[in-house]
Amino acid sequence: MTDAVAAARETSESSADDGVTLNDDLTSIADLTRDQIELILDTGDHFREISERPIKKVPALRGKTIVNLFFEPSTRTRTSFEIAGKRLSADVQSISASTSSVVKGETLLDTAQNIEAMAPDILVMRHKSAGSADFLARHCSAAVVNAGDGAHEHPTQALLDALTIRQAKGSFEGLRVAIVGDIAHSRVARSNVICLSKLGADVVLAGPPTLMPMHANALGAEIHTSMDHAIADADVVMMLRIQVERGGNLNLPSTQEYFRLYGLTEERLALAKDDAVVMHPGPMNRGVEIASSVADGPRSLIMNQVTNGLAVRMAILFLLAGGGSRNVEATS
Amino acid sequence: MSKLLLKGGRVVDPANGLDDELDVLVVDGAIAAIAPELDSEDCDALEATGMIVAPGFVDMHVHLREPGFEYKETIESGMRAAAAGGFCGIACMPNTEPINDHRSVTELILDRASVHRVHVYPIGAVSVGQRGEALAEIGELVDAGCRAVSDDGFPVATAQLMRKALEYTQIFDIVVIDHCEEVSMTHGSVMHEGAVSAELGLRGWPAAAEEITVSRDLILADSVGGRLHLAHLSTRGSMDLVRNAKAGGSRATCEVMTHHFSLTEEAVRHFDTNTKMNPPLRSEDDRQAILDAIADGTVDIIATDHAPHHADEKLLEFDHAPFGIVGLETAIPLACTHLVHAGVIDVARLVEMMSTNPARILGVDRGGLRVDAPADITIIDLDAERAVNADTFESRSSNTPFHGTVLKGWPVATIIDGEVVYSAKESSS
Repeated sequence: MTDAVAAARETSESSADDGVTLNDDLTSIADLTRDQIELILDTGDHFREISERPIKKVPALRGKTIVNLFFEPSTRTRTSFEIAGKRLSADVQSISASTSSVVKGETLLDTAQNIEAMAPDILVMRHKSAGSADFLARHCSAAVVNAGDGAHEHPTQALLDALTIRQAKGSFEGLRVAIVGDIAHSRVARSNVICLSKLGADVVLAGPPTLMPMHANALGAEIHTSMDHAIADADVVMMLRIQVERGGNLNLPSTQEYFRLYGLTEERLALAKDDAVVMHPGPMNRGVEIASSVADGPRSLIMNQVTNGLAVRMAILFLLAGGGSRNVEATS
Repeated sequence: MSKLLLKGGRVVDPANGLDDELDVLVVDGAIAAIAPELDSEDCDALEATGMIVAPGFVDMHVHLREPGFEYKETIESGMRAAAAGGFCGIACMPNTEPINDHRSVTELILDRASVHRVHVYPIGAVSVGQRGEALAEIGELVDAGCRAVSDDGFPVATAQLMRKALEYTQIFDIVVIDHCEEVSMTHGSVMHEGAVSAELGLRGWPAAAEEITVSRDLILADSVGGRLHLAHLSTRGSMDLVRNAKAGGSRATCEVMTHHFSLTEEAVRHFDTNTKMNPPLRSEDDRQAILDAIADGTVDIIATDHAPHHADEKLLEFDHAPFGIVGLETAIPLACTHLVHAGVIDVARLVEMMSTNPARILGVDRGGLRVDAPADITIIDLDAERAVNADTFESRSSNTPFHGTVLKGWPVATIIDGEVVYSAKESSS
């Protein structure tokens, strides 16, 4: 038993004593309570240390099988989940399918049931259709972790963002977090609004109206068209990736114009609080939504996000696979 | 000589000024008498005390999947579903494979429909292949038995084609039924664009996309005449447009679907693909506007948009599942529950929207209870209350969001040309 795992186990057991455990699946932030979010963040904090050791591996999930199903291209998230599982000693298998299940000729359900027949403990899925993680969870007995479903949710991203903000700012109460970019197509924005609101922060969404969902006020955030208004007095500025090809040329005339109107430059960042921090879920388009001098500057937490992503995913896998349960014998 | 006596029911037929406890005598397929306390000698008697006895209901918007998609529904299974749902007649949309844009397809449909007494009224395509380019041979289609034309599934593609269709159909005095959707605004859309789509991240379908085409069609009908019928309207804006047009003298008619007054976008929250339809479930504000428009006469017809799909087709990601739900076997209980019992309308108005008006718009001599008229009769038990059970549907498909929903007011018998083609008693025994 290593110290980090013991601490993680203690955290999860003491939470369990308070009645806080995770649900069977993790498909959305909307389904999590504030206590559950904090359990994941606290557990993630313990796991950060493992990745700083010379031997970055603990036996917490030995004998567990994790299958990563990626129906949409992803480097960062897939790698993060793979390494997270491996550092906990789980057996990890990743499957990439660049085409949709329908194009491939096999339905998502058939694919999932075939994998399920091999008795995995956790299925991690990224898929381009909103609701696909819920669909999978309804039909599979393995624990399902949503690694991004269309424009719906990306809960592990929001949790790693929350951990990053908590490390930088200490707490969430009264924080002003501005999320800027293509809100309409962003699962990162949706999950972050829900997560940060549950934790007590005030969220501001900004972007061109063509990339803001109609009825965006239903998301429970303040909505701005002006970048300058959005980031005024912000504690955190989170920039989203812009995909110009989305919607042809109807959403944005050009990346140059976007950068002029919404790009995060040092001059703009000066409108935020003096100690404001900058985040980006990646992958970045330098010179489109963010200037390199900001992305690589002293206020950037972008690499911390990646590091925390690993810790948070370790925490989620650990908690879902029963690593935190007192019924599971210590494996070392 | 066959004689059937319906005893003691509440006979409701606004077209003939009837709403009273009366007996109805049917002789050789036609109504012979409507009066209190008729003599039941030599008759098969059907006890209808406490029931509504109405002229046969007609569903103007049904997708029978034959030819081409018999695994979803055949003409025969669709007709049985209609009878079990209390419908004596159904109008079937042309988006089969091949498309009903040629008299040979119409003839095939009517030939297959001869196995059952339910009346099938084929709707021909407006344009060849529903491609929106050239007018189909509408004269041939009408001669073969089509009662209306529509490119349903798609809007009539251009204003010019709609204009020509409204002009050309004046030769035959039939309606042009339009599916109102400005498709440049709905590419990839899978649900109503509103608060719920904003939260779920599903591609939204703006109300404006429907209303733009409603406006176009009303303007064209006003300008060139013809008979315009607007299918499955779903938004407050559409209700206002039709109400205003009618106030200005428009002859246009419109229909709403049972699911659009029963459910809202909230039902989509759990990504149940049986809540995915075109047009989509709208907001509560839209639903209220539809109820108002049903109550004030703006809405002419209630229909189902019965759209059977195989279970496998619906067992997919929300984005990939096809649009549509079955409706024939839930229409009357949904209407009774959400309209009659909810106090929105009385039974007479229900009969007007589900029998009188669809028969009139299709130009068929049905939808009325009077002596010498063919005996098409729908009998409803307004007080019967039970849960929808999709497992017992006559339809070949069971894609409904209402499975398990308790509804009040069910059809108990369907009589077509004097013959009892469905009886709840027999089907439950």
